[in-house]
Amino acid sequence: MIEVKNLTKRYGSKTAVSNISFTAEESEILGFLGPNGAGKSTTMNILTGYLSSTEGEAKINGIDILEEPVKAKQMIGYLPEQPPLYLDMTVMEYLKFVYGLKKCKLPINSHLKEICDLVKITDVKDRVIKNLSKGYKQRVGLAQALVGNPPVLILDEPTVGLDPKQIIEIRALIKKLGKNHTVILSSHILPEIQAVCDKIVIINRGKVVANDSADNLARNMSADHKLVIRCEGASTDVKKLLSSIPGMDEVFVNRENVEEGVSEYFLNAKPGTDIRREVSKRLASRNYTLLMMKSSELTLEEVFLKITTGDIYGNVADSVDKLKFTK
Amino acid sequence: MFAIFKREFRAYFTSPLGYVFLAIFYAFSGLFFYIFALSVGSTDISSVFLMMFMVLMVFVPLLTMRLLSEDKKQKTDQLTLTAPVSLLSIVMGKFLAAYAIFAIGVAVMPVYGFVMSTFAKVSWLPIWGNTVGLLLLGGIFVSIGLFVSSLTENQMIAAIGSFFINLMILLMNTLTSALPTGFLQDVLSSISVYSRYSQITNGIFSLSSLIFFVSVIFIFLFLTVRVLEKRRWA
Ligand SMILES: Nc1ncnc2c1ncn2[C@@H]1O[C@H](COP(=O)(O)OP(=O)(O)O)[C@@H](O)[C@H]1O
Ligand SMILES: [Mg+2]
Repeated sequence: MIEVKNLTKRYGSKTAVSNISFTAEESEILGFLGPNGAGKSTTMNILTGYLSSTEGEAKINGIDILEEPVKAKQMIGYLPEQPPLYLDMTVMEYLKFVYGLKKCKLPINSHLKEICDLVKITDVKDRVIKNLSKGYKQRVGLAQALVGNPPVLILDEPTVGLDPKQIIEIRALIKKLGKNHTVILSSHILPEIQAVCDKIVIINRGKVVANDSADNLARNMSADHKLVIRCEGASTDVKKLLSSIPGMDEVFVNRENVEEGVSEYFLNAKPGTDIRREVSKRLASRNYTLLMMKSSELTLEEVFLKITTGDIYGNVADSVDKLKFTK
Repeated sequence: MFAIFKREFRAYFTSPLGYVFLAIFYAFSGLFFYIFALSVGSTDISSVFLMMFMVLMVFVPLLTMRLLSEDKKQKTDQLTLTAPVSLLSIVMGKFLAAYAIFAIGVAVMPVYGFVMSTFAKVSWLPIWGNTVGLLLLGGIFVSIGLFVSSLTENQMIAAIGSFFINLMILLMNTLTSALPTGFLQDVLSSISVYSRYSQITNGIFSLSSLIFFVSVIFIFLFLTVRVLEKRRWA
């Protein structure tokens, strides 16, 4: 449905996007994740025909955006980072303008009413856009993208600046739209992407650093053989006790005395070995009470941080390993 | 194109801009009408048309200044430029909106003719000829203003820039008349908007002038499309 191939965009000598490729299938929600300045908006502006790429191609349903722009644009609803609102118009006037601009053929009144109901702006439809709150403006921006019912939706950070309740509502709406639209959603907030998307493309400094299904990324991240525990006892003693567990690679004292007489440890065993029972038994044999045990899987957040701030590009799982226990 | 035309046309009346322009148009033309016709008992109002050149040179830039610059500044160009429409239809929609306001202003000119016809015999041909001439001149000012507003995000700069170009058009005429008669002067005066316009107000309406005015309008519309196209590659 959406095909991006070796896309590069340079502003003068500055490369904003460098050789990125990804695809999104029909009815898939693709998350485009990256910190500010990563090149998300630039990519989306190219996809929607607002900017031209320096190299590479972008196709919507097989139609190249540069070769047949009008035809490709017909299939796209775009919500840019800053909603493109005419502040002097009322919401309804604006949506009617967009309807005319997109040469939409659907029955105007019922179509616009449906959209207003969907994004919950019916109660402000006769207000001048200038006077709306940020949350409502964002929704009017989303409504604008939905006019004409395009099969592809490209949404650039649609939840920025909204309050938590609005964020949850918008996410739920996007999820719903994803059932019968192909959606590309950009964000610099990981949980948002995790909550909504089927597929995640992580981009940093103009380069794709990870591209996988949300499930796969999460799976790569989990690791039962890596534990964080807190228990009583002198740390040197505990360390010695646990180090001799078969399959144990490393015992690392993370923090001494997190509570009175309690320290926190990272345990790193060989992949595939389950050390939880043995750890518990050995501590019990010395009467060292175990106060906490959890697998030390990184949240996507930590991985993301590492990928995007560190200099490790490429394999996510690899950077996960590097991150663990190297405190 | 029609959607953009409608929006921009309406915007002239949701802000004071449209009213202000029309008020200025009517006030100045009314004043000139009084000075050159009513107060001296003449029915020749071509001086009114000639004087309007100066007024419009200054005030049409107000009409056109925000047409494209404001879209860029408010990022509403991300809507229009990603909509399934051609750049030309966007440019034409904007042009026609400002031009329609201008034409509403010009519509007052034949009214002066009717006013005079109530107490004197009026020859209508020069009035209609002049009116068409003014409409053509307006087309040039509007297309220049639209072009300049595509170059900047700042409407003040757009207004000043297009005023400056209009001023150059006027100065080009002064330059022409300062030149010795000869080939160069002929060439310059044939491409001088002001000298062609003053010919029309003198009752000389040639086909070549018509073609000239229409061509200049299209050149600036074309340049505007090119600017928008170019911006994508920035
Ligand atoms: N018009 C421009 N001229 C020069 N550099 C730009 C321009 N637009 C964006 N950039 C640069 O390109 C990079 C990517 O920007 P952007 O796509 O907006 O990132 P994101 O949306 O991920 O925050 C940034 O470093 C930004 O400074
Ligand atoms: Mg951005």
